[in-house]
Amino acid sequence: MNKQMSLKEVVGQLRDGMTIGIGGWGPRRKPMALVREILNSDLKDLTIVAYGGADVGMLCAAGKVKKLIFAFVTLDFIPLEPYFRQARQSGELEVMEIDEGMMLLGLRAAAWGCPFIPTKVGLGTDVITLNPDIKVIDSPYDDKEWVAMPALKLDAALVHVNKADTRGVCQITSPDHYMDDWFARAAEKTFVTTEEIVDTEFFADEAQARFVFWERSQTTGVVHAPGGAHPTSCAPDYGFDVPHFKEYNASAKEGGFAAYADKYVTGKSEDDYQQAVGGIDAIKKLPLPTY
Amino acid sequence: MATPAKDYTLAELIICANAAAYENDGEVLITGIGVLPRIAASLAMKTCNTDIMMTDSESWLLSEPNPLSRDKGYKQMNETWMGFSRIFDNVWSGRRHITGGPTQIDRFGQSNISALGGTYQKPKVQMLGTRGFPGNSICHANSFFVPSHSTRVFIEGECDVVCTIGYNPERMPKGYTNDDIDLRMIFTDLCVMDFGGPNNQVRLVSLHPGITVDQVVENTGFEICIPDNVPTTPAPTEEQLAVIREIDPQDLRSKQLKDNPPGDRS
Repeated sequence: MNKQMSLKEVVGQLRDGMTIGIGGWGPRRKPMALVREILNSDLKDLTIVAYGGADVGMLCAAGKVKKLIFAFVTLDFIPLEPYFRQARQSGELEVMEIDEGMMLLGLRAAAWGCPFIPTKVGLGTDVITLNPDIKVIDSPYDDKEWVAMPALKLDAALVHVNKADTRGVCQITSPDHYMDDWFARAAEKTFVTTEEIVDTEFFADEAQARFVFWERSQTTGVVHAPGGAHPTSCAPDYGFDVPHFKEYNASAKEGGFAAYADKYVTGKSEDDYQQAVGGIDAIKKLPLPTY
Repeated sequence: MATPAKDYTLAELIICANAAAYENDGEVLITGIGVLPRIAASLAMKTCNTDIMMTDSESWLLSEPNPLSRDKGYKQMNETWMGFSRIFDNVWSGRRHITGGPTQIDRFGQSNISALGGTYQKPKVQMLGTRGFPGNSICHANSFFVPSHSTRVFIEGECDVVCTIGYNPERMPKGYTNDDIDLRMIFTDLCVMDFGGPNNQVRLVSLHPGITVDQVVENTGFEICIPDNVPTTPAPTEEQLAVIREIDPQDLRSKQLKDNPPGDRS
């Protein structure tokens, strides 16, 4: 089965009001080409589930997000995401703010077909008092109460990977695949953008196959999008674009998101975007961060 | 033999105090969030508790802590893969001690890194979000680092958003007691405190050289337990300072506290 498709075809399968999970973590390995395609679409009223970075900030700034399910939104070296802050401080965003680990449990519950997974995480905090949808239950086995972390079922997951074949076998060679496997498993449909399309035989090597974290049956569509994580990083291929993030962050103070979007996103193809940020060769040369 | 240093900075004093908190932790993952807590964890792993585990803050567990700045050729001493999903396996096992720096801490030891002021629906200042704080607070040992001890951090009332469980009887979950929660130490630019007062009240443990009890009381928005005799936070040893210089060769620690004050302010 050939699952290769275009960015536009992926977004064509998304609908208003859908719950969409976005892989990656903060400023790292985000499917930004797909985010830009959504920014250029009519999609609205989305519920976004993410370990958030500029993906969340941009979607909020463009008015695409009705509800955000999050534990943090950060650009890391710029700790506070400017457009996420604006959205929150305007009071317009519906939120479910949870612990990072609760998000993992919610995705696992969805993946496994369980209504919830019990955990002690969240007890005694405002995660419980501020989220009436998250219930605290008695245990059949002990005298303590437990948080019943509900399944976070996704209509779609968007993930960026290093390599994939056209059948949907996806490889992540970045040092961490984060929760991308659980996003893929929690979703009805998973759309993957990839730095490189490889032949299926590539995975015959055990050392390569070890970096495949879900089965191809969990992959709905594959888009060849080299540089598609920019301005976020895609280790080991490239690091995140510090000057670009600084410009993005500064736009929140002066010009607003419209100015940023006019320059880089609105009405532009991914090729146009890459030209505007210096070209694919410049992206591939961005240094990896050290912590 | 340990030789107490005569010339040291406040940052180095706090690092050594923070490191000492890990001495009897055994074989647990230590996470120091921010430059000073990270140096403290590394110092502990190289001196008082060599059984400690640390990560590279990304995706590997290390057998030897990474220096804060490294040459290109530096060989990171990986021990096993430790991606973020696996961090939670560790967190939920309880074998971890974290020192983090929240924006607000209240009299129950509850803390906030989520949002300030306004209402929850429309906060005046949105910060990071709760991150992993709720899970950390109920699963394993937690210490706090506060670079600027003031009533803005140690607030009079309850945290605007309670991100961590503390010793608050109103919020104590069914089946839980204070003994199920493990809040350890607070390291500030004025003093060291713990939760060893009556009913786990915040208690003054030691004053940094040149700081008075009154200064601590004035800058804390709630009542703390003050023992009759409050010792002075011990000075770093020359041996500790040598290890700190190895861990932080570019002296990033000097940029963490306003004006990089000396350790002894008397």
